[in-house]
Amino acid sequence: MSSGVEGRFAGGLGGFHLDADFALAPQGITALSGPSGSGKTTLLRCIAGLAHLGGRLTVAGEVWQDAQTFLPPHRRPVGVVFQEASLLPHLSVRGNLLYGAKRAGTAANVRLDDTIDLLGLAPLLARSTANLSGGERQRVALGRALLSQPRLLLMDEPLSSLDAGSKAEILPYLERLHRTLAIPALYISHDGREIARLADRVLFMKDGRISASEDAPVEPTLAGLGAAERDRLALAALRAGLTPEA
Amino acid sequence: MGEVVWTTLRLAGLTTVLLLILATPLAWWLSRRRAWWKEIVGAVTTLPIILPPSVLGFYILIAIAPQSPLMGLLHPFGIRTLAFTFEGLVIGSMIYSLPFAVQPIRGAFEAMGPRPMEVAATLRASPLDAFFTVALPLARRGFLTAAILVFAHTIGEFGVVLMIGGGIPGKTEVISVRIYQLVESLRYGEAHRLAAGVVVFSFLALLGLLLVDRRTDEAVR
Repeated sequence: MSSGVEGRFAGGLGGFHLDADFALAPQGITALSGPSGSGKTTLLRCIAGLAHLGGRLTVAGEVWQDAQTFLPPHRRPVGVVFQEASLLPHLSVRGNLLYGAKRAGTAANVRLDDTIDLLGLAPLLARSTANLSGGERQRVALGRALLSQPRLLLMDEPLSSLDAGSKAEILPYLERLHRTLAIPALYISHDGREIARLADRVLFMKDGRISASEDAPVEPTLAGLGAAERDRLALAALRAGLTPEA
Repeated sequence: MGEVVWTTLRLAGLTTVLLLILATPLAWWLSRRRAWWKEIVGAVTTLPIILPPSVLGFYILIAIAPQSPLMGLLHPFGIRTLAFTFEGLVIGSMIYSLPFAVQPIRGAFEAMGPRPMEVAATLRASPLDAFFTVALPLARRGFLTAAILVFAHTIGEFGVVLMIGGGIPGKTEVISVRIYQLVESLRYGEAHRLAAGVVVFSFLALLGLLLVDRRTDEAVR
């Protein structure tokens, strides 16, 4: 049996019809791209168990859904990063990070210290979630998802609600995550640059179907950007403490 | 006079605690997945706001009288009637104040939206776990509002308690009923003291409510 993710979902949900057949490699980030309304978020919700359509889903050889089985979301070892960080407002940053970690039960593969290091969360730990910046919120959401010891990571346009500066600030963290991540990840985005920087493969979705699957472009590309936008990105990167590579 | 105040506070306290426990699952159920027929239940739970207390008191009295089928079920346990008893008053007060408990809690649950519960589920919290660790803390303002409203509303009720309690001193006589009786017998001095006490208390309760609202406004984002 495959150690990656294999699934197929078919069915209607509020007038929308999904019929998606897909597979993810055991490791690495697969981008899911396509026009708005093509069913990307619906597919992600089906994988997480937050929406229930007919179909099957196996993750690392374990059946999460088939004709007889439907694991409810809290029984699926899946990490989800939503479009809005959706931090739990009554908990501190630390409380958010530990909420899933405490309930994961199994031996911790992802350790708190490592996650704090990876995502640069140390200065935020004791803070309330109320006055974090957009980029900080998404980093906490990502750390929280990782600490729930997932066997599959799902990210639904985690950068789309951020301004260019916050995006440039969080992208390096995502690239580090990409290098260290030992599980499959699905990353919804329709931003070609993000996909080029973060993804190994791309699935394209259209009208509820997976229309194409290909390797992601290898080189990060700044082509097609105006000079002003390039300057803004460079400036934001410098502010975030990055140094130009030699 | 102390006895009347004690009966009143005991009634209001007990009603508040029991009603919050009862209203929580009801409000949760009403706030999830809105189907039109749920509004039938919503309307029934809101009815006590617009019904005249005498109408409500009349039906409650009939329901807890010895001949009622409802009481018939309790006869084997040695309970003949709850009319003109403190327990009957508690039940009547709970029905009378039900909307004041359900509405704020339901509103708080609805304002929360589905996302926090989804987040909790993806973080391995079972529905019950998520309810206690996410939904209840996020709705705490609704609970505080409900508690203050129910307590104050119970202190203020008159028609229902008079009809089903009968104003028996030491048992079912509460402040509002005592004031009425004092005025009937022209003992204005005592009536003044009790009435002023209720005004001051009600003002403090409302002030507390507004301060709670303000503080949580600041705390939320």
